[in-house]
Amino acid sequence: MDFELNDDQKLLKDSAAQFTKSSPVTRFRKLRSHGGGHGGEVVSHDRCWEPSVWKQMADLGWLGLFYPESVGGLGLSFFDMTLVLEELGKTLVPEPILASVVLAGGAVLKGASVEQQKKILGPMIEGKTSLALAWAEKDGRYDAGHVSTTAKKEGGTWLLSGEKVWALNGHAAETLIVSARTEAGISLFSVPSNAKGVAIESAKTMDGQRAARVRLSNVVLGSEDLLGTEGTGLPAIEHALDLAAAGACAEGHGIASTVLWMTVNYLQVRKQFNVAIGSFQALQHRAVDMFVETELLKSTAMLAGMKADDSDVNERRRAVSIAKAQLAAGGKRVVESAIQLHGGIGITDEHDVGLYFKRMSVLNALFGDEEHHLSRYASLPGFEGA
Amino acid sequence: MDLSFTPEQEAFRREVREFLKTEVPPHIKAKAEVDGHFEMDEVMDWHKVLYRKGWVAPHWPKELGGPGWDAAQRFLFGEELEKSGTPLLSPFGLSMVGPLIIQFGNDAQKQRFLPKILSGEEKWCQGYSEPDAGSDLASLRTTAVDDGNGNFVVNGQKTWTTYAQYADWIFCLVRTDSSAKKQAGISFLLIDMKTPGVRAVPMLTTGHTPAFCDTWFENAVVPKENVVGPVNGGWGMAKALLGHERTMIGAVGQSTRALLRVKRIASHTILNGKPLLEDGSFRTKIARLEIKLEALRVQNYRALAGAQLGHAPGPESSILKIRGSEIQQQCLELAMEVMGQNSLAWFNETDIVPAGEQWVASSFNYLRATTIYGGSNEIQRNVIAKMILGLPG
Repeated sequence: MDFELNDDQKLLKDSAAQFTKSSPVTRFRKLRSHGGGHGGEVVSHDRCWEPSVWKQMADLGWLGLFYPESVGGLGLSFFDMTLVLEELGKTLVPEPILASVVLAGGAVLKGASVEQQKKILGPMIEGKTSLALAWAEKDGRYDAGHVSTTAKKEGGTWLLSGEKVWALNGHAAETLIVSARTEAGISLFSVPSNAKGVAIESAKTMDGQRAARVRLSNVVLGSEDLLGTEGTGLPAIEHALDLAAAGACAEGHGIASTVLWMTVNYLQVRKQFNVAIGSFQALQHRAVDMFVETELLKSTAMLAGMKADDSDVNERRRAVSIAKAQLAAGGKRVVESAIQLHGGIGITDEHDVGLYFKRMSVLNALFGDEEHHLSRYASLPGFEGA
Repeated sequence: MDLSFTPEQEAFRREVREFLKTEVPPHIKAKAEVDGHFEMDEVMDWHKVLYRKGWVAPHWPKELGGPGWDAAQRFLFGEELEKSGTPLLSPFGLSMVGPLIIQFGNDAQKQRFLPKILSGEEKWCQGYSEPDAGSDLASLRTTAVDDGNGNFVVNGQKTWTTYAQYADWIFCLVRTDSSAKKQAGISFLLIDMKTPGVRAVPMLTTGHTPAFCDTWFENAVVPKENVVGPVNGGWGMAKALLGHERTMIGAVGQSTRALLRVKRIASHTILNGKPLLEDGSFRTKIARLEIKLEALRVQNYRALAGAQLGHAPGPESSILKIRGSEIQQQCLELAMEVMGQNSLAWFNETDIVPAGEQWVASSFNYLRATTIYGGSNEIQRNVIAKMILGLPG
């Protein structure tokens, strides 16, 4: 039983914390997708993140942090990756580590041959490219096995057709990792985003980031673009989704701890009835409940971070579903209370608390919501007890 | 970073389990199987079994009769005990006045009191709360006046004195200086329950168990040597006790057992021809509570890891009481919900309700106490608001 970070982990966390000083929330504000509705600015940035910063992250080793050294990564643990995600969550750093390194990269790591891993992950590790996993379809909700996109073998080539939604970082990625149904089942393909027949529609998301709808019509791929073995895509996607869910929990904990202290600080300085509103018990208790939930998010994010890359599938699912359901319930409560305790200023766009609220809400809707993880947890072996 | 116990710790856990499998007296085992309420003599029977084994006071120093375990062993032992459904030992001697005497008592007090706490020969209760001093404990009014002949004369009323009807001794916070600021004039006094003028009257709890009492003191004469620590220094000592290791305070083992019981009941409660446990919406409800419990378990492990390193209980332990007590209640709420109309049963006059369910309604009622005792959850929140969040008092 040991929850202490070792010296290397402390250094890693510190360097991520240091990094956020160069990427405060004001930077995110400049980059975010915006506009829509009344009075909003027009979209100012079509990517919402900066390749130059992506390169800096590569130089820090973050873009291959938990990948094996054999494919060019640092060979650290996935838990170490979550330390970085937690810190970056604190200032809403928009570069797509979660989408590209954890989710799409995770699928490549779990589903592709070592040669393919080197080829696809190598340039990303160096900060030259980014990836997106296009797995979700319109009527599939969180079921990665719901795949109506098809890949047909014709001679030595594959023909892909179908439509994917909410592909995170799909608007910017050079390479899309796409799930498609083949004769043998669900398979993963590597698709250049500029390939003929690929139509990408960039879509703003609530949190000021972007995702994409990807339409594939008779996209021609070579046999080398099938990742790993035909029909083995689903476990790879599911593992990648668990890694991403664990990453979301770490980021969510970073957000929760940030808004907790932002709110406590506000309660200390905001005066009404001639006193700091933080002296009112009703507000104190709500703040304490935020603290309680944040502490539990820390615990469960650590659990998920430690187990998300476990070779035992049930151990992995158990830990990730605990953490993700906890994020859904507790994380939501923290950001909602943060807005409530800020009062009117909390629902203005100029105050940061709303940005954190949105990001938390997006994290809760990604990689399985509360209902999904509760029912998955309840279907794990052993749930019924002795 | 490691979530597992060491092989040595797992071996220790097996040793405890083996002991629990073979050494629990049959009459206690039978009641544990139906999660019944233990009477005081049953609690003390179990106390004595653990005493003979040398395991009754896990957190006492070895030279005073503790087993010499580290924090992890104490935790594992406590968790296995809770999961076994054996009686929870009365904490007043072993966990409260004992450690206080060990930390602040003089040698004579240690020799006089500790061995009999350990053996169970003397049972203790706690005299803190009064009718007008609950959460605002420092406003207590029971007085102890120096009679000039080496005694204090005690007058007043204590309440919620759990198990006072069975106790040989009571440890009290009493006012020894009425002129001082309210926390400053309080002493920690040990009083023999047989002292003339001391009278304990049991009250029934809502769970219909005779757990606590009103205890009156009318000119009870108590030797001054029964003050622990300095006269007028009682408040600080009582508070210091709260700083002790609190890794068991979340009752995670108890809730683990309670949730298993919910599942067991749901597995033989039939809805539409199949067990309720197979019903999707009930399953999700159980899962939701279990996940809450599992989150608290990791939190508990963090507190434990801190204790293993010798850290004082930090923010990670402060929430164990709040969330743990809520979960304890929610487990019984869910058991009642699963039982449906069977939850009406108030002890057993018929066999409409299986034996394993006849205590559910009683526990459901009694466990409302978990968010009240040991400092209500609202007081816990006040403390966290002030001490951890730094909000104005």
